[in-house]
Amino acid sequence: MSRPPPEPVQVVKQRRDAALAALVSGVPYIRFLGITFDRRGDELTAVLNFDDKLIGNPMLKAMHGGVTSAFLETCAIMTLSWSYFWPDIESGKIDLAAMEAGEMPRLPKTIGLTVDYLRAGLPRDAYARAEVNRFGRRYASVRAEAWQDNRDRPFAQCTGHFLMPPRDG
Amino acid sequence: MTDRLKIAQQFIEALPHAKAIGLQVVEIGEGEAALRMPYSPELVGDPETGVIHGGAVSTVIDTCCGAAVMSHPKATGPSATLDLRIDYMRAATPGQAITARAVCYHMTRSVAFLRATAHDDDPDLPVATAAGAFTFGELKS
Repeated sequence: MSRPPPEPVQVVKQRRDAALAALVSGVPYIRFLGITFDRRGDELTAVLNFDDKLIGNPMLKAMHGGVTSAFLETCAIMTLSWSYFWPDIESGKIDLAAMEAGEMPRLPKTIGLTVDYLRAGLPRDAYARAEVNRFGRRYASVRAEAWQDNRDRPFAQCTGHFLMPPRDG
Repeated sequence: MTDRLKIAQQFIEALPHAKAIGLQVVEIGEGEAALRMPYSPELVGDPETGVIHGGAVSTVIDTCCGAAVMSHPKATGPSATLDLRIDYMRAATPGQAITARAVCYHMTRSVAFLRATAHDDDPDLPVATAAGAFTFGELKS
């Protein structure tokens, strides 16, 4: 009978959404591309909100390959950071107010990234989810997949290796 | 500026995303190209240091590879990326432009194989290296 009562839903949501917003909004390039994140519990979906400036081939109106690659990389880094910071966000160890004021924690750094282009990216919103395959103290390996209309027909996928930020304490 | 360079620059500017990040053609050869991406606060990945996001570096490399393919005498029509592998050697120095150089080292009838590097003001210390495969010719829409 010593279990504490569960937190009110607003408190939980507010904490998680504020942490995610602070993490994402701190990076200018993510804003420039128009990438946002949907959160369901601890699961993240990256959304690339379509804009004409993302087009690489004006004849086909296809998405630029570099944008696709940047989108997958951003999805992989954020998903990795999210699972890395999750325990600290939940326990309150991370200072949310400082994060919202722009004091960003160190993010993982990309060592190498391999992108496969499976079909042309169409001129519309794209979605991506990443999965952390190996989560070590120093290195992590992440796979990400991006799709548009149909989840089962990805237009690009990537695997990447990342250097984790040093853990203090 | 030579005519060839001018045509290549016009082509790059017709790509909305290349224009959005201000890409400039530095060199165009036969199956070789060099492109420059000026530093811009919009492209920053780490606001604390002002270091450019890896995604922006991959965009200049990808575009440069595409330009190198199209400049090859055997290439027919537009190119599209099949795969691209990028290794990041170090963070780009904040405030400096990124220059990518790409070379087609092999061409088949429909696939081009490329190697590329990207550097900032220090050309001897690359920021990233890359290898990729591109298709070219008539693409199915």
